[in-house]
Amino acid sequence: MGLKRNFRVWRGNSEGEGALKDYEVDVLEGEVVLDVIFRIQATQATDLAVRWNCKAGKCGSCSVEINGKPTLMCMTRMNTFEENETITVTPLRTFPVTRDLVTDVSFNYAKAREVPAFTPPVGLEPGDYRMSQEDVSRSQEFRKCIECFLCQDTCHVIRDHEENKTNFAGPRVLMRVAELEMHPLDTLDRTRMAQEELGLGYCNITKCCTESCPEHIQITDNALIPLKERVVDVKYDPVKWLGNKIRVRSSND
Amino acid sequence: MSTVTSNDQQGVTTPGERAKIKARTLRSDRWWIQPAVIVGALIAFIIYSTWRAFENAYYYSEPLISPFYAPCLASSCIDGSSSFTPIGSWWILSPALIILVFPLGFRMTCYYYRKSYYRSFWLSPPACAVSDSHKRYTGETRAPLILQNSHRWFFFAGLVFNVILTYDALIAFRNSEGEWGHMSVGTVVLLANATFLWMYSLSCHTARHVVGGRLKHFSAHPIRYRAWTYMSKLNAKHPRYAWISLVGVAMTDLYVRQVASGSITNFYFF
Amino acid sequence: MTDIEHFKHDVVVIGAGGAGLRAAIESREQGKNTAVISKSLLGKAHTVMAEGGIAASMGNVNSKDNWQVHFCDTMRGGKFLSHYRMAELHAKEAPARVWELESWGALFDRTAEGKISQRNFGGHEYPRLAHVGDRTGLELIRTLQQKIVGLQQEDKKISDDYESRLRVFAECTITDILLAGEGENRRVAGAFGYRRDSGKFVLFEAPTVIIATGGIGRSFKVSSNSWEYTGDGHALALRSGGTLVNMEFIQFHPTGMVWPPSVKGLLVTESVRGDGGVLTNSEDRRFMFDYIPDVFKDQYAKTEEEADGWYTDPENNKRPPELLPRDEVSRSIMAEVKAGRGSPHGGVFLDVSKRLSAETIKEKLPSMWHQFKELADVDITEESMEVGPTCHYVMGGVEVDSDSAAAVGVPGLFCAGEAAGGLHGSNRLGGNSLSDLLVFGRRAGMGAVEYLNEMDEAGAIRPSVRQQDVNAAVEAALAPFNQVEGENPYTVQQDLQDVMADLVGIIRTGDEMRSALDRLAEMRVRVANVAVMGGREYNPGWHLALDLHHQMLVSECVAKSALAREESRGGHTRNDFQGMDPNWRMVNLICRLSKDQVDIAKQDLPWMSEELISLFAVSELSKYMTEVELNQLRVPEGAV
Repeated sequence: MGLKRNFRVWRGNSEGEGALKDYEVDVLEGEVVLDVIFRIQATQATDLAVRWNCKAGKCGSCSVEINGKPTLMCMTRMNTFEENETITVTPLRTFPVTRDLVTDVSFNYAKAREVPAFTPPVGLEPGDYRMSQEDVSRSQEFRKCIECFLCQDTCHVIRDHEENKTNFAGPRVLMRVAELEMHPLDTLDRTRMAQEELGLGYCNITKCCTESCPEHIQITDNALIPLKERVVDVKYDPVKWLGNKIRVRSSND
Repeated sequence: MSTVTSNDQQGVTTPGERAKIKARTLRSDRWWIQPAVIVGALIAFIIYSTWRAFENAYYYSEPLISPFYAPCLASSCIDGSSSFTPIGSWWILSPALIILVFPLGFRMTCYYYRKSYYRSFWLSPPACAVSDSHKRYTGETRAPLILQNSHRWFFFAGLVFNVILTYDALIAFRNSEGEWGHMSVGTVVLLANATFLWMYSLSCHTARHVVGGRLKHFSAHPIRYRAWTYMSKLNAKHPRYAWISLVGVAMTDLYVRQVASGSITNFYFF
Repeated sequence: MTDIEHFKHDVVVIGAGGAGLRAAIESREQGKNTAVISKSLLGKAHTVMAEGGIAASMGNVNSKDNWQVHFCDTMRGGKFLSHYRMAELHAKEAPARVWELESWGALFDRTAEGKISQRNFGGHEYPRLAHVGDRTGLELIRTLQQKIVGLQQEDKKISDDYESRLRVFAECTITDILLAGEGENRRVAGAFGYRRDSGKFVLFEAPTVIIATGGIGRSFKVSSNSWEYTGDGHALALRSGGTLVNMEFIQFHPTGMVWPPSVKGLLVTESVRGDGGVLTNSEDRRFMFDYIPDVFKDQYAKTEEEADGWYTDPENNKRPPELLPRDEVSRSIMAEVKAGRGSPHGGVFLDVSKRLSAETIKEKLPSMWHQFKELADVDITEESMEVGPTCHYVMGGVEVDSDSAAAVGVPGLFCAGEAAGGLHGSNRLGGNSLSDLLVFGRRAGMGAVEYLNEMDEAGAIRPSVRQQDVNAAVEAALAPFNQVEGENPYTVQQDLQDVMADLVGIIRTGDEMRSALDRLAEMRVRVANVAVMGGREYNPGWHLALDLHHQMLVSECVAKSALAREESRGGHTRNDFQGMDPNWRMVNLICRLSKDQVDIAKQDLPWMSEELISLFAVSELSKYMTEVELNQLRVPEGAV
């Protein structure tokens, strides 16, 4: 077997009670953190709760925090650590813990349900959709999202302020709004909703969502800020505001 | 129909506790370096610019004018530095204070600077996955931070300044007697400063939005789409331009000050 | 039995991948109260792993394409063992299913005209795969997930409850399908399982259950499949009296990663080859030219020049042999490695860097680029990849009625997607899986609705669950906790994977499979004695201990069917019976459970309809069919 490495894994229950437990475990060449967690599970703690699916960075299930950083276990290679470094793995800290490394992420699904679904023009039949590539590219970037919820986890608005969960939907959900707003054939306007109901104003664009995104989606620059700008369009635009004041803009503009 | 005998409707406020981990962060890297560097750099700039704004001297040496004092709008402006003084003579403070609010406002409300100072000064959060340690947080939902939405106003004002500073750079193709067709190190400095400021403005998120980002159908607006595509590339480097232009303004001012105070001579190429 | 949660629904869908979600959408849209049971969180199903695209003959890129061509390609790919009616429905309905996705918000890559772009893929005559970069499966699952949210939003408006007509049970595993009645009157009455998070038991009373649980790949060592793929649906159907068909046909995807060990088996999308990737051996030779089988000689290029020309001028050139059906490519790679011409880590080289620019690669194959960069430290824009076969898909599955997706022999039970058998014959074409999910997912939903309507119109009382069945299910589920000295479930699973991979893997022989069956018999005992530690809350050891029963049963079916079929065809290759045998082409192997034993029986393959069989040239059919069959073909010609 390969080198022995030290792992500290948070073990605990749904009351949140628990502690970091030490494991000494073999690590082979080319492995990722998830491989090592599997080895702990198979040899030392068969009941170690871990959530995972594809082990290829495509499903976004194995989200945890490694050495304090929100990340996917399957995409964190062991050779990114120093050889004598102890690796600490904890569950996501923004969501209630289910057990060990597994958290209850239903908050994200509940928030996603608050965004009105894609609404195509009335009478447009399937098969008749015509969209050019440049019109879909922006939304396609956001649809790369694998819903690992690392952005939701790292966002201090809810990470550090549980009470904001009522008013703030989080970067993943706001990005979904941006995706629909930029969809060339969507007919709804969710701009005010983003600000007034989903809490876009809470975002102070500190970009941790973007930094944590395993798909490298430019959440802040391409989704959240453009959405904020659209809010400015309808609520705070100087030209529009001036136009409305002196009524130079006719209603058919 | 379904009888739901359990009441575990998935909700926003899910019952249950987070993992009780006391540490403010478990990050083992030196996450505090970046905010510390930014604090240092911004404080240095604030000290320098405040001192210069109040100094009210050494900002003009024909044909060079410091960007801190351009345009100079009060009657008290140094002779030759201004031909347009709508503010008149009642203004007795430094004329820099009249105009600096605009570039300051533009930078204060800039999406990139917001990120920087929210992180490094407000510690909100100091770094990703490091607790912000504030009791309450409402972000930009209420006064005063809701005023960040005025970025667009300052953006347009900033464009006016860019035009003026470009004009200042162009009239620096003169010698100290006001004759055209000359070029000095000062000309280069002013030109560079204006260029950096344009890059900063054109890479701005608001600019990107106004030019094309707000469109739903790029395909119907090919020219705006091309402009948006170009500005999106610039936008990705917005932080870099933000810093280059900030240092650039300070350095330009410093150069003009050194020339105006006689510490150095503005070397002429021709 | 105090802690059993109790639910009543019209339709219970087991599985929340493409097929399950599409089935649930259908039954909910037709007004039935529907539950979706997902072993993982919603949106994580194995469907997200599908990369290349959805095959549908929309003809957006080449207008010559139509359902008939797609049908023929599917039959050819399956070596004429596909159930013709399923292949027909699939080819006919796939375009509508793709367009429907678009109306639910999916954003496929576009052609210059603004239509859905389509790409080339192995075994498909024309560019046919609608795609989004190389993450088409993700787009599909997300679109269906968001459609479900949309339906829930509609329900919320009416009833103030998102889940009044369509409810998703995330992280919930079904261990038993519950029946009512005896003999002829046996029918589905519900399903029993547990919530993975709390460990609490759940009981669903429902007259219809749709199995959409995916495949069985977790029983093989090198696999592209996730932990969920333990053949739950296959086993559930068997144990409810259903049958499995053609379980010997397992698709080994030719290009899985082979290094580093931790990602061994991870998929490298076929689009790499569709977009210009070539396979070479250690001698830098494009070896696929040496392996074009007779039946495909006319369709594939013989020289590199011709193959290269095809990418730009498909009208006047034949396609490169890298795009042969997956079974052919897998076998060829195995042969090269065996002959000592493999890559350092036991695969062959797949290179896309020489033909495409770095920019194009990153645009067309973004997730492949990331996958290799981040997991293997290989930059595919500059270096070649090392690839080898990986267990990917099971062609066999629950035997169903083609039109209604009703499971044979169990009223009220339906099945769709990878869990169902028949459509793909002995080998599935890439891209036909996603379309399969949608076409037959919808049909399973329709089938269940029709079954319910008939039941309600007849005024029949809904079948009710028997308490003793529930008690037995509880007891079985808790059994691993009562073992004191039993084995660790992870060790048993690993051994099972070794047995299946080594003895019933890509290349099979009778002796090896007989010894596999002996080993499996021993393992049955071990599985029954597995012990778990800890409690019931999110305990993966316990979950695996229960899944192992399914894996065992299905593995036995695979091994027994594979031993019975004495020929090589598609995803079933035997060293001791090389080549296709036309007599075996007419045979489906049916697997059923009688008195806890797996039985295999031969069953005739249905004969294609006149209209469909006339789509093929007799010269082509003669490569597959027996003289008797061919005479049958010639007779009507003469008679008419």
